Amino acid sequence: MEKYLEMIRMRFLMMLAYRTDYYTGILIYSINIGAYYFLWNAIYGEKSSIEGLTSIQMTTYVAIAWMARAFYFNNIDREIALEIKEGKVAIELIRPYNYLGMKTMQGLGEGIFRFFFFSVPGMILVALIFPIQVPHHPASWGLFGLSLLLSFIINTQINLLTGITAFFFYNNAGLIRAKRVIIDLFSGLILPISFYPFWAQDIMKYLPFQGISYIPSMIFTNGFTGGEIVYALLQQSVWVLVLLVPIRLLWTAAKKQLIIQGG
Amino acid sequence: MNNAIEVSQLRKEFKSYSSRTGLKGAFRDLLTRNYKIVPAVNDINFTVKQGEMVAYIGENGAGKSTTIKMLTGILEPTSGKLRVNGMNPHREREKFTRTIGVVFGQRSQLWWDIAVQESFRLLKKVYKVSDEQYNEHMGHVIKTLDIGPLLDKPVRKLSLGQRMRCELAAALIHNPPLLFLDEPTIGLDVLVKLKIREFLKEINEKYNTTILLTTHDLGDIEALCNRVVMLDEGKIVYDGELDALKNNWAEEKEIHFQFMNHVNLSELNSLPLQFSTDWEYDEKNQTYIANIKGEDENISQLISAVVSHFKIKDVKIHETSIEEIVRNIYEKGMN
Ligand SMILES: Nc1ncnc2c1ncn2[C@@H]1O[C@H](COP(=O)(O)OP(=O)(O)O)[C@@H](O)[C@H]1O
Ligand SMILES: [Mg+2]
Repeated sequence: MEKYLEMIRMRFLMMLAYRTDYYTGILIYSINIGAYYFLWNAIYGEKSSIEGLTSIQMTTYVAIAWMARAFYFNNIDREIALEIKEGKVAIELIRPYNYLGMKTMQGLGEGIFRFFFFSVPGMILVALIFPIQVPHHPASWGLFGLSLLLSFIINTQINLLTGITAFFFYNNAGLIRAKRVIIDLFSGLILPISFYPFWAQDIMKYLPFQGISYIPSMIFTNGFTGGEIVYALLQQSVWVLVLLVPIRLLWTAAKKQLIIQGG
Repeated sequence: MNNAIEVSQLRKEFKSYSSRTGLKGAFRDLLTRNYKIVPAVNDINFTVKQGEMVAYIGENGAGKSTTIKMLTGILEPTSGKLRVNGMNPHREREKFTRTIGVVFGQRSQLWWDIAVQESFRLLKKVYKVSDEQYNEHMGHVIKTLDIGPLLDKPVRKLSLGQRMRCELAAALIHNPPLLFLDEPTIGLDVLVKLKIREFLKEINEKYNTTILLTTHDLGDIEALCNRVVMLDEGKIVYDGELDALKNNWAEEKEIHFQFMNHVNLSELNSLPLQFSTDWEYDEKNQTYIANIKGEDENISQLISAVVSHFKIKDVKIHETSIEEIVRNIYEKGMN
């Protein structure tokens, strides 16, 4: 257990070593939130509500979706691919720990860092600038927190899966980029799932992506009520369990296939 | 006495892909690719006793690193048996990894952007080393390798020699009974090499640590290892004492001279010496090369004879390199 905590701490140190990334991150997120705010304002115009979301709820959705992203988002798929390409994974395999578990902890370290030094102050700032509505009920905060944690796990699991493919295809950069686009699109970050045509919503119901952004954001904006929340959390938990299976299979196959580059 | 490493009929094959020629060939490559199966390690056998220091040598591409990757459990063998520290490296991975230390000279195990001590701290937790053990053992390691002042520097700011000393310390945090070193001295200057050799010798004496090391530096082997295992194209071509190897295959030494004034080969050949010397002239480097056999004593006799007759600009004693020994064996055959 201690080694995992230590790994989180290491990641904190690394984030501090890369301060410029932190500042550019703030810039990029501010631009995104601002741009989507004005875009949605124009779309709403005089309308008070679209697809069950009021204009204030929509603004809140945009803000929280991006702030949540700062927590669940990480690049461990790219890191894993790089470690495989450069042969660094050899070092990881002679350590008495689970490589994927350690990678997950690094992602978590990154997430916690950005949560406290980015999302929380960011959300306070956004709340001062834009008209948004935060949950009144402490329970909603709790449910949102739980949902956010599950969203981190799902996103990280998908990252692990994409990362491991580098064991099989020497160059999986295209796959990683495709995954990123798919997640931004189908997770509900850019467009809430309820705004998609019905047939598309039907398909997405069977995919894990809405567990990443749509579900926590809807809980935060009070877009879901009572039973819907429970169902959504259950849906996330099921995906967390289901995704363990392909990770396990792919990892076992990958170690057999392992080709270490270089001396 | 327990064996640290037992290897029998160990084999690792790689697929080596080749491309077809032309555009048509490239399209065919999309569907099926041509490949050959190449054995990088070809049915080798050897054992290493606890506490031994063994040099594992051979030319580039001989299969040294591949062997080490199998012995450390990174790669799975194609066939054959191996027991390391009494375990199967693959089947008992976690337990096994606690009993070995590894340094890959060409690859860092430290975190690049943060201070060295942070990497140490993480590894200490990973290997569950207690504070007492750490302070006692690592305190000594840090002092001997003289890396105390480097600990708070980020790894990327260290020179190669500084980094390699830290790598070595990192591999020893859990004081493993078996140490694999894959080209630990590559690219290092002489002083650092000496320090590392000293240190390894000391570790071996103090803890009876088994060390298997690959190197291209005959000096490393002479300083550390009595036993040499030589690999060529995946097969073991020699397993025995270093001295026997050198006496048989590296008996000739080259001594290179450059002179202040012009010297004739015949003058050199007529120097008064009690042993036979073979002189050559290397026109490109304007260097005269003496090939002599036998005792090391002859070297000093030769040099003093030359120096007393001619004004010299430069002298170099050229040791036979491992590559040359391998080439000799290859050309002349074993025995
Ligand atoms: N991942 C790999 N895929 C294909 N061939 C490899 C791979 N790794 C090593 N080889 C081949 O195996 C042989 C032995 O390599 P290696 O063990 O690295 O040699 P050494 O360490 O002795 O220089 C070489 O011919 C090399 O090209
Ligand atoms: Mg090698």
